[in-house]
Formats: sequence, C-alpha cells, structure tokens
Amino acid sequence: MVISLDEVKKLAELSRLELSGDELEKMRGDMDSIIAYVDTLQKVTLPNVPEESVYFDEVNVMREDGEPHAPGVFSEKLLSQAPRREGAYLKVKKILG
Amino acid sequence: MSDITTLSVPGIAEGLRTRVFSSVDVARAHVEKIEKENPALNAFLEVFDDTLEQAKNADALLAKQGSDAHPLLGVPIATKDNILIEGKRASAASKMLENHVATYDATVIKKLRACGAVFIGRTNMDEFAMGSSTEHSAFGPTRNPYDTERVPGGSSGGSAAAVAANLVPVALGSETCGSIRQPASLCGLVGLKPTYGAVSRSGLIAMGSSLDQIGPLGRTVADVEVVYNALRGHDILDSTTLPDRNDERKRVPKTIGIPRAFVKDATREAQQSFEISLKKLSNAGYDIMDIDFPSAPYGLAAYYIVMPAEVSTNLARLDGTRYGFHAEGAILLDEYKKSRSGGFGAETKRRIMLGTHVLSSGYYDSYYRRATALRGLLAKDLTAAFQKVSYIATPTTPDAAFKIGSKGDPLSMYLEDIFAAPANLTGIPAITVPSERIEKEGKKLPIGIQFMSPKRTEDTLFAIGKDLMGEN
Repeated sequence: MVISLDEVKKLAELSRLELSGDELEKMRGDMDSIIAYVDTLQKVTLPNVPEESVYFDEVNVMREDGEPHAPGVFSEKLLSQAPRREGAYLKVKKILG
Repeated sequence: MSDITTLSVPGIAEGLRTRVFSSVDVARAHVEKIEKENPALNAFLEVFDDTLEQAKNADALLAKQGSDAHPLLGVPIATKDNILIEGKRASAASKMLENHVATYDATVIKKLRACGAVFIGRTNMDEFAMGSSTEHSAFGPTRNPYDTERVPGGSSGGSAAAVAANLVPVALGSETCGSIRQPASLCGLVGLKPTYGAVSRSGLIAMGSSLDQIGPLGRTVADVEVVYNALRGHDILDSTTLPDRNDERKRVPKTIGIPRAFVKDATREAQQSFEISLKKLSNAGYDIMDIDFPSAPYGLAAYYIVMPAEVSTNLARLDGTRYGFHAEGAILLDEYKKSRSGGFGAETKRRIMLGTHVLSSGYYDSYYRRATALRGLLAKDLTAAFQKVSYIATPTTPDAAFKIGSKGDPLSMYLEDIFAAPANLTGIPAITVPSERIEKEGKKLPIGIQFMSPKRTEDTLFAIGKDLMGEN
C-alpha cells in the first residue's frame, strides 16, 4: 500500500473536494494502483540533463503591455455566466465561518 | 445524385461549385442523418439550431467568391464540446459546465468561420477530455458505429463516431495524450495530432497545458489536411503558438523506423495488422528498419505525473463562483467544495487528487522532476532516431475497440494511450491512418497505424498517409 486513507482525506481537503466514505475508500484503491504504475519511472536511469531540456527549441514569448481594451466591454458577457451576482460584482458567501 | 453524406471535403466542394447541390442541401442531408442515427450513437450532444442559416450564408458567400472560395466553404464541421463557439453551450461533457454558454469564439472557430465552414453541432467526449472511451461523459457514453456494444475511444469519441457514421464529413477533436488518434484508430479514421504550438488553443477548455493540441478527424488524409491547413498558424492569444513560417515542402527519404521492443505492448492481432500495413508501405517503396527507442515504454508513466499536475492546476478555477455548477454552503469554502464535488465526475476527481498528490511538498524530486527529465530523454531518443529515419511507426492503439464497461479499472483504461504518449510529451506531430481490420466475435473492427515525424513536418505525415491509403 503506497497511500493511506488519511493521506487520501488530506488530498481531498487540499483539492477542495468532499468525498463520502465509500468514495474515499475507492479513491484510495485507485490511487494506489496508479501511483504504483507511475513509480515504474523510479527504475529508469535518467541522464543528468537540465529539467527544461524538453523545451530546448522553444522560447518564452514576451511582449510589452499595451493596447488595452476599453474598461467594461466584456464585463456583462462574462458576468452573465455567474451563478450569483450583484450589479457588476460576483456575489459570494462570507469567507470566515 | 449520390448520397451527400458519403462525400469527402473535395467531393462537397466540387458539388457546390458545379451546382449539383447547395450548402443548404449539404447541411440538411447531414442534419437528417444525425436525427435518424444519433439516438443510437450519442455522438452529438447538440445539433445547432442555426445550421441551415449558416449554410444559407455559405451559399451567398459562394455566389460572391466563386472560384476564390475556400475548399471548406459550406462544409459541415462537428466540434468537440470543449471548443468555444460564442453564444453556444460548451460543457466539456461535464455537469460542471452543463449550462455554460461560451462568451467568445475559439481561434480555430474564427478561422473556420472565415473559410465559410458550417458548424453543425457539438460532440460528446470524456468529461474535460479525461478518458479513452467517452464513458466518462456526464451525458452518457458514445457508441462505436462498427459495433454499438463497443466504445468509440476517447476522449474525442463523439467526433470520431460522428465522422465514421457519416453524420459529418470532418470534425475537430483535441489531444492531451491520444484523444484524437485513439478514437480515430478505433473508428477507422484518419486523425492528426499536430506539432505542439502549430494550432492555437485559445478557446479550448484547458486540461494539460504543456500537452493540449486541437486537431482534425476525417475519413481521408486529404480531408484532414485541408482542415489542418485552415487551423494552423501563430495566434497572439496563445503564447505557445509557433511563429509563422513557410514550411518547405521538402521530400524526405522514405524511411520508417520501428521500435520493436515498444510495439510488443500491442496485442498479437494488432501487431499482425501493423505488419500488413508495413508490408504495403514496403511495396510502395519505403525502407523499413528497426530502431532503438528505449525511453518510449516509460512515456505513459511520466504522462500520469505531468498531466494530473496540470489538471489539478487548470481545474482549480472551477469553484462555483464565477461560472459553472454552483451549490449552496454555509461559508465560501463549503461552496467551493460542494460545487466541485457536485460538478465533477469520478475520473476528473481522481486526476485532480493525483495531481495534488504529485505536487505535494516533498514529492517534487521523485515525481515532477523525474517526469520532466523523462520528457527530455524521450526528446533525445527521438532526435537520435530521426537522424536515421524520416518516420517512426507503431500501432496507434494496443488493440481494436473494447466493450463498453469492460475497463472499469482506471489503470487498464490509461494503458490504451501507451503508444500516444511520446508524441504528446515531446511536442512532435503524429498521424493515425486505418490499418488492416481485426476480427472480433464475427465483426471486423478497425485499428490504426501511427506515424510520428519531427516537429513541423505534418506535410510528410500527409504524404505517407496518402501512400498507405492509395490517395494520390
């Protein structure tokens, strides 16, 4: 067993997911076999290459800030998808319990 | 007049130009076929209600442009449900985004719109493109037109089933690891995973951003080629797109390398089918030689580190606050948790949790760093191989389509993409074309052969695909 039920509970918390007891148990079993498979990588002798070597032929694309769009032109369209809003704001529950 | 729904893209283009039929006729023929056959296949989640109107506009455009019209003008195209079309729903086959209406066009949509293509509907997929069977859709599985007891593959399974059943001539899919090639293989189609950066992802619902690419599925290599050429190009809205350049159409030596040890991961029947295609290519003048590709079998394990890490990051934004499924809770944190738990399906949750695990403090060296180093090793092995050969070939999938419900264990499903992983992890292009069919329980089922080539050499992939399919 490479992953315990307590670890799965902790991961669910970090992932902001609520899982039932059955779901947690099933998740533990699934993750166990997947992690065991992924661990086959530990057997490979890897060369001491810089870790970004896969991107050797690519470069970061940078550009100057500029040409901003007029404020608010997309707001209504985007807010139309919000589950709850108040005017031009997203409305959320209080942060602290 | 022959059945319009059996025509290839050039066939439709010619019929439109010689006025044998109109774009409206083409759209109507496909919509009628969808109405009749989609209930059994569940390939389409929605047929757009303005399809005929788009076709009318295409007819008007053709009258104006005449011989200058793009070959895709008036051609119906199906789009995977993770590609945004302004004003249409885009759910990524998730309950999370079931009612989500796209607020802008993806760049690929803008490009196809400019060609005059007709968007006919959105196709089913595994939720958020996570899966190899379309069984992880929140809206029921898609079925394989060759045998409706079997899966069409995934995650672009709806697109593949739609094209295979002649519900549409061509469709867009997306790949993070095999999600175009694997369903194309299982549905007897041609499917292209372009070079990473060849096609803009602006407006594609992100899954694994260092891997995702949009690509076409079609019944012929020429159909896939015409769509790819319409999609590609630099885009200021996707900083990973490659600078435009005039790719030289240079002839490459007709040499194919076979990583023999890797190919053994396919079933005996799949290997036999593969050998028959190699024999055809050999008869067509290709030199076939064995090559070493020692890192290849480890690609999928590295993928199951990199991808979940990126998934857990990309899907963090779906929290029931800005858009998507929302559930009530006492405080904000409860709402996040309830919205995410209620909106995401089991496979999506699994990958988010795996990603959270591999990114946990203290695990970086054993997981993410090793996976990234393996990507480097794959790239190094490929560079060495491509000094000797122009192409690397493998079976596209380990076997033909499996039965719905037969791969309940997640790991057995993941292994479907063993041959796909090297191309996604290193950014090279790969194409699948139909190979010899395999007989299972009295049914002849399709399976593909895939060819990989160096970055930005899609032209050579089309050339070998056409040679194998006799499309010249």
